[in-house]
Parts: sequence; structure tokens; C-alpha cells
Amino acid sequence: MTPVESVLEPQLTSVFDIERIRADFPILKLKIDGKPLVYLDNAASGQMPQPVIDRLVRYQTTQHANINRGVHYLSGMATAEFEGSRRKLQHFINAREDREVIFTSGTTDAINLVMHGYGRKFIGAGDEIILTTLEHHSNIVPWQMLAEEKGAKIRVVPINDAGELLLDEYERLFNEHTKFVGVMHVSNALGSINPIKQMIAFAHARGVPVLIDGAQAAPHMKIDVQDLDCDFYAFSGHKMCGPTGIGILYGKADLLERMQPFKGGGDMILSVTFKKTIYNTIPHKFEAGTPPIAAAIGLGAAVDYLSAIGLEAIAAHELALLNYATEQIRRLPGVRIIGTAAMKTAVLSFEVKGVHPHDIGTLLNQEGIAVRTGHHCVQPVMLRLKVPATTRASFAFYNTMAEVDKLIAGIRAAQKVFA
Amino acid sequence: MNTQSLYQEVILDHNRKPRNYGILDHASHHAVGHNPLCGDRLEIALNLDGEHIDRIAFHGESCAICKASASMMTVAVKDKTRADAETLIQEFRDMALGKLDPSGQHHLGRLTVFAGVRDLPTRVKCAILPWHTLQAALNSVTSISTEAADDPMHAPVGGAS
Repeated sequence: MTPVESVLEPQLTSVFDIERIRADFPILKLKIDGKPLVYLDNAASGQMPQPVIDRLVRYQTTQHANINRGVHYLSGMATAEFEGSRRKLQHFINAREDREVIFTSGTTDAINLVMHGYGRKFIGAGDEIILTTLEHHSNIVPWQMLAEEKGAKIRVVPINDAGELLLDEYERLFNEHTKFVGVMHVSNALGSINPIKQMIAFAHARGVPVLIDGAQAAPHMKIDVQDLDCDFYAFSGHKMCGPTGIGILYGKADLLERMQPFKGGGDMILSVTFKKTIYNTIPHKFEAGTPPIAAAIGLGAAVDYLSAIGLEAIAAHELALLNYATEQIRRLPGVRIIGTAAMKTAVLSFEVKGVHPHDIGTLLNQEGIAVRTGHHCVQPVMLRLKVPATTRASFAFYNTMAEVDKLIAGIRAAQKVFA
Repeated sequence: MNTQSLYQEVILDHNRKPRNYGILDHASHHAVGHNPLCGDRLEIALNLDGEHIDRIAFHGESCAICKASASMMTVAVKDKTRADAETLIQEFRDMALGKLDPSGQHHLGRLTVFAGVRDLPTRVKCAILPWHTLQAALNSVTSISTEAADDPMHAPVGGAS
């Protein structure tokens, strides 16, 4: 070993100790049919580290009661922890105020909130909503429902063969009827990182608000909603070391205040009579009913965990995984990567000549390797790229180069079965 | 559960060289089967001479399990009566759902190579799609789907992102 390497190595391991990180995830010790689990389905849902599991247990065993208005000890405790988690999320995405952070059940719920709260109030007949070909069904269907109800129109930003948005086409779609833009930060099927900052600036110059679906970005990169200047940013807890059933909608305070409530019920009101109901202030106006308190607090613990490792270190490790996996998979004859954007997260969609993705997925499962196969809830992307379905390996910071090797070996073995 | 047992040589062989593959002219019955979750699409055409299936063919895009199941199905029902085919459809479906013991009394013959799908809930629909499409064809229902109201099994399979 040269002196230079001996200086570099300890620095790298002190920043990002993969073995120590993996030890935090009890599920990674699982064996599937006697083979160690290789979990490469992180874009669908991530795994939970012990500190988050412990936090859920601590809340449930020592802190639980319903939040708000309770005069007893536990209610005060639960409320303080719940609101404390909101502030953690605020800092995680660098929101200006904690009241701009709304707890939802997930990204889908958050997008539906914007559709009902903003869309149904401010978008009408003849208005146009710009979406992109890359969108997940959850950022298409709510807007189609709105368009149908209001007589509004949806315009779609096309992509090139690499899976990148065509910005010229995006800009050309704007006209005096454009009232809203919805775009995903990162593509779940292809990994493409979209130039959302530029897209937001262009829309804002024309007075059009922008919703960002950040479900695939929040676990993998530093999000700064003030720097992006987005109007709404939605993401899910379970893709970023947190529990299912919890997610976040960030919205600019002035917009949230002008919006109508989505769901009616307890907690979202200040006073109720049969003559008139006065709605609560934000964020409570959008949090009707008892929320998943434990999950919200668990999500706070998850962002603490991610922040302690550091989103920059996470992104660097995942980029190394992506580059290595891309290079290895390109060497396999008959395997084609779907989605080759210049800017990507660690998502590898591919097709293997002569082997259906479902067969690949089943054979990889036999080796303990978890991947996702199918259309990934983006049928327009599949249609545009002329693939009925793909196999998708999606990586997280706890994945290793050795796991990439296992994936490659698994694909080779599947090819051999179908040779 | 040993997945290897599902990809037996007979299945791989029918996937590589599907029998009765192609388009049938002058068919009396036909139907299209869809599995929207995986994009599988299968078209089955057959000719009934009275109650007798004298010709049958299929084509489409699908995984190996689905294609081999379709191929072996066409071999099994060709030159049989409609009633024979309906018995096989019922038995195959019961086997795939784990309700029929492949080592017991039945008429499935080599089709028991698909018995392994009962341990793979996400693959059951792949194996069963041709059979439901055949049933639809025999009843002259022109299009079926494995999802929602059209789902012949009413077995929900999730499609997470």
C-alpha cells in the first residue's frame, strides 16, 4: 500500500462505514431459502434501521396518547413529540416554517391533497395542467380526475430515449391557460434526476405554481425547498427508513392558507356549529382526524438517522454503486439498460433478451435477490420506450458492491436457464 | 419452496418452441387475455366443430410460465370436446390455487409441471391466464383481464411502485 492510500482509506471509512451501517438493519440478516437477502427493491420501499424501530417501540411503550387538547401528561408528551418530529422534517427539507410541513399518509395522499385543496379551487374549465411522461400514476390520475371534473386539460412533457425530459418541449407547452405544473424530482422506473429547479423558475416567471413529487429523491439527496423554490414538495416515509402510512406535503404558507381543506373532521377545525364551521390554521387545517402519531415520530427518527450519516455521503456511495452496476451490466450480452439519463439515482431498469422480467425476478428470488418487475406504475413511460415491462434493481446506501456482483451472477444464471 | 422445480425442462422447451403458436384463420371462437400488472397479452383462437375442438392456436407476449402454459394447454385440449376442455380448465385452476393434489385423481397429465406455482402467489396468474382466456373463448367473451372486475380469480395482487 502506498502512503497516499493509507492516508485516504481511514478518512473514507470514518465517513461511511458500510458494515456498521448494515449492522443497523436487522432485516439485512435475513436468509431467503438459505441465501442471504440481497435487497434491491428500495425504490418501492426501503428498510428500517434499529434506531427507528426502537423509537417506535419507545413511543408506543412510554409516550402514547392522542395528541392535541389533552390535559394529561401522556397527551402533552405525545403532542410535543409529534410536533418535534414536524420540526425535524422542516429542517430536513429546509422549510422556512414548521407550519409549512403537513403530515399525510404518503406521497399519493399529499398529491391528492394538493389536487383537492388547490386544484379544485383554482383550476377550472379550459385551464391546463402540465405533467411529464415520467410521472408515477399517483401524479397522473388525481389530475385526470380533476381535469374530468372541471373540463381542464392535461399537457404532457415528452422524454427522449434516454429517459430525460425535453426542456424545450416543456417550455413550449406554456400558454395563457397554464395553471399548474406537476413533475417528479426523480423517476422511480428509470432513476432520471429531472432539472426541477430550472423548470420551477420557468413556471414561476409565468406565475404558475409547481408541485414536486419527491418520493424517489428525498431518501437519496439533500432537499432544500427554499433553494428549489417549489410551491409543493411531496414525499413518503417508508422509502427513507421510516414507517409506511406517513408522508409529508411541504407547501408554501401563503398557498396553503388560500387552499380549501381536503378532508373534514376533528383537529382541522377551530369551531363547529351546524350554521358555520371555522377551519383551523395550517398545518392543522389539512390534518383531519387522529394522525398516525407513532409513524410521524418514527419518520422524525428516520431523518435523524439519515442526517447523521449525511445525505452527501449517501449520494456518493449510491453513485459509486450505480456506476459499478451500470458498468457490470453493460458487459452482459443481451442485456439492455432502460433509462440512461446523464443525471441518475441508483436505479437500474433493464431487459434481458429472450427472458421475460417476471421470469428474471422469480429466478433472482431463488438467489435471495429482491428486485421489482413489471411496469412500475409508469405505463406511459413503458409505452414511450416500447418495453412492456422491465426488471428494476434499485439501490440504497446499505447496499454493497458484493451485492451488485450477486445481481450480475443471478442475471447470468437466468440467461443460462433460458439459453 | 424450490423455484427451480417451476422452470423444468418441459416448461423451458414449450417456452422456446411453443406448439400451436400463430394466428388461426376462420376460427369460430376467440378471446384475448390480459395481465395488466406484467403486460402479458395472449390471444387464443379455436374452431369448434360441433362440440369438438378441431383446431386451436395462440399468440402474444408473455413470460415463460404463461407461454409454456398456453402451449401445453393447446396440446392438451386439441381434438377434445368442449366438456373435456372445461374439466381441464377447472382442474388446472384448482391445481394452481393449491386446491387439487397433483398426485391424486385428475386428467392433467404432464400439466402437473405447473403445480409449483401454488407456492408463488405472484406467478399463479401467469400460469392461469391462458386457461381463463380459453374459457372466455369457449364462451365467446372476447376480452378478459386478470385485474379488477374482470379478474376470474378475484385474487388481489399488489402493484407497488
